[in-house]
Amino acid sequence: MNMRANPTLWTGSALLGIVLLPAFVTALITGAHAPAINVMHRYAPLSLSHPLGTDPFGRDLLTFVLSGAFNSVLIAAMAVCFSTVIGTVLGLIAAGRPPRLIMGLTDLGLAFPPVLIAALLVTALGASATGEILAVALFGLPAQIRITRQAARSVLIQDYIAASRLAGRSPVFIMRRHVLPNILPLLTVQATSSLALAILSDAGLSYLGLGAPPPRPDLGRALAAYQIHIFDHPFLVVVPGLTIMLLVLGFNMAGDGLRDALDAPLEERAP
Amino acid sequence: MKTLLTILPFLVMSLTGFTRAADTPDTLSIGLAIEPPGLDPTRGSSEAIGMVTYNNIYEGLVRLDEQGVIKPLLAQDWNISPDGLIYDFALHENVHFHDGTPLTCETVKFSLLRAGASSSTNPDRNTFSQIADISCPDSLHVHIRLQRPYGSFLYQLAWNDAAILSPASVAQNISHPVGTGPFVFGEWQRGDHLTLTRNPEYWGARPALRSVTFRFMPDPLSASNALLAGELDAYPSFPSREILSRFANNPQLEVVRGSFPFKAILALNNTRRPFNDLRVRQAIAQAIDRKALIQAVAEGDAKLLQSHMAPDDPDYVALPDRYPYDPDHARALLKEAGIAPGLHLTLAFPPIGYARDSSELIAAYLEQIGLNVTLQPVEWPAWLSQIYGQGAFDMTVIAHTEPHDIAIYDRTPVYFHYHSPVFHDLLGRYEATADPALRHALSAQMQTQLSQDEPNVFLFSIPRETVLNRHLKGLWTNQPIAGCPLGSVFWQP
Repeated sequence: MNMRANPTLWTGSALLGIVLLPAFVTALITGAHAPAINVMHRYAPLSLSHPLGTDPFGRDLLTFVLSGAFNSVLIAAMAVCFSTVIGTVLGLIAAGRPPRLIMGLTDLGLAFPPVLIAALLVTALGASATGEILAVALFGLPAQIRITRQAARSVLIQDYIAASRLAGRSPVFIMRRHVLPNILPLLTVQATSSLALAILSDAGLSYLGLGAPPPRPDLGRALAAYQIHIFDHPFLVVVPGLTIMLLVLGFNMAGDGLRDALDAPLEERAP
Repeated sequence: MKTLLTILPFLVMSLTGFTRAADTPDTLSIGLAIEPPGLDPTRGSSEAIGMVTYNNIYEGLVRLDEQGVIKPLLAQDWNISPDGLIYDFALHENVHFHDGTPLTCETVKFSLLRAGASSSTNPDRNTFSQIADISCPDSLHVHIRLQRPYGSFLYQLAWNDAAILSPASVAQNISHPVGTGPFVFGEWQRGDHLTLTRNPEYWGARPALRSVTFRFMPDPLSASNALLAGELDAYPSFPSREILSRFANNPQLEVVRGSFPFKAILALNNTRRPFNDLRVRQAIAQAIDRKALIQAVAEGDAKLLQSHMAPDDPDYVALPDRYPYDPDHARALLKEAGIAPGLHLTLAFPPIGYARDSSELIAAYLEQIGLNVTLQPVEWPAWLSQIYGQGAFDMTVIAHTEPHDIAIYDRTPVYFHYHSPVFHDLLGRYEATADPALRHALSAQMQTQLSQDEPNVFLFSIPRETVLNRHLKGLWTNQPIAGCPLGSVFWQP
């Protein structure tokens, strides 16, 4: 695939690169911890030492936001891993049999407001990164199960599956050998797009105070804490907000682009 | 056409005159940052309860005015015996509770004895348990005899938790309050708003407002938007200084500064290790740069506290700063106390700006002296039940807003678990006398004692800023006690 053939993928990747490259470098240097507090340097203007100025506690805004972006992506990635693995397994199980328990639970999960689940988790586990990951993962799980099941069923009706069954292959073998490789591209696309949603819901949760507590840098919490400064120090709100936007847009476009790229060979093969 | 031009000015004048007359509102919408956990001040001391109910729904024998001076309310007159043991109150006639029960000496007796009973949940049970007995010479006279002189007794009778209740109402007051006040409880949609309506049978002056809505808006930004859009008419104790500039030069709104017995503290659990060691408490106090804290939390517009007394209080004494910022000394104190670096502590904070910001800073300061602090955000109901109710916590940031409440350091139980025989003795002597000079001297000693013992780290006092419509008159801008009395609030056309 070349760049001109798939502008969406490359634009998405470029947007992600703008945020993620410096974010990973920052995380390597600082461990994504909060920058030092220096109350005497609060609201410092833009300068070489503070390229985006400082926040109300005198922390370097750029370091804070980049560490926050790293933490966001880390949490989103872990949540998506979690929901993809569990969701795929459950989806495959549900595809092989009449939809009863698993799909019932999935529908129940879709009916539950995700914020409510997050609030319950935070109450049970205390505000922590673990609770945040679980909440975001649970939020993405029902969709993952449905998509996997749907895709697996479209494979399961093929003739060669029937042949494989007649040859005495076990359902586990069929899933592993025939179904999973066929739906893997779809799952990859789904995981990439899910990252965008996961980052957004993670930011939403921490905006509401249901995320990991301070001092861990967090974009959603920064947005909530600094929104009162939108009139006097707009940078404090715009920068974290823009970072969330770039990440979500980047993962969304990358997901779309990836889908196009993976679909293209199929279309070429079609008569 | 000509006729129309001639009458047009009159038409416009009459129309505008008409609309203005019809517009002079008799309703009020007030924003509050904290929603009350219930509406019974005899069961909880949350400031939010008083903001809704004080002298609106419930009334006591006496009240505090906006300057904090004791004024008559249900009692029109009283007499205190020279030995300070007998209090005689003469009640107003024709006062009825919202449920129709008449106010008599018996209802007063019921309310005050209930507040002091051993089973009482009243925050000031210690005060009311000083009552030896109450007798009723007739239905409008109350004769209270104390066990021993108690200098703050009359003052305490003006507090929220000294409300006189209708005996039949006590079970449901928490959700459906009944009092003698100028407003009757309307409806309460939890998480959103609560309304009061005018009490048509009020015994005193008829309130100008027909109905009042308290809207619970903890987020300062949406509160400021609601104020600017005219959806809120007033917001007492606006929670964010950063946004106040939005109201500058606004033709409709003004910001009024008032006094407020606001005492922000870093409360420490004095029975838990390591806080049971004075050196550790002192180390924590010295580890925190409180001047920087004031900069970050209140743009420098706050006063440092050295003890549990607000600067506006008549008994306040300016004490020297016993614990100036000195992280090296703090580390030395910790070492002396045998605290190994990396000790893990939890700092819980309720969801309000000053507590959140202070906690994040304090955690950073304590890390500098080698303590490992986990920040724990806590919702108000959980804060009230786990921390304030059960005293299960390490550290928490909270502001006490009751006036003149140094006596809480002698309460048993109290959530920070401070017990000092010296303080107990000083408070006993303070309450045993009515001599103002002696009381002031003893109060100064109590403040010094707390500063020495540092049971909590005394942080700062923030002035109170009320945002209100310029036509709204009579609203409290001081807050001598948790309350927002609306009986004499009116709209000036």
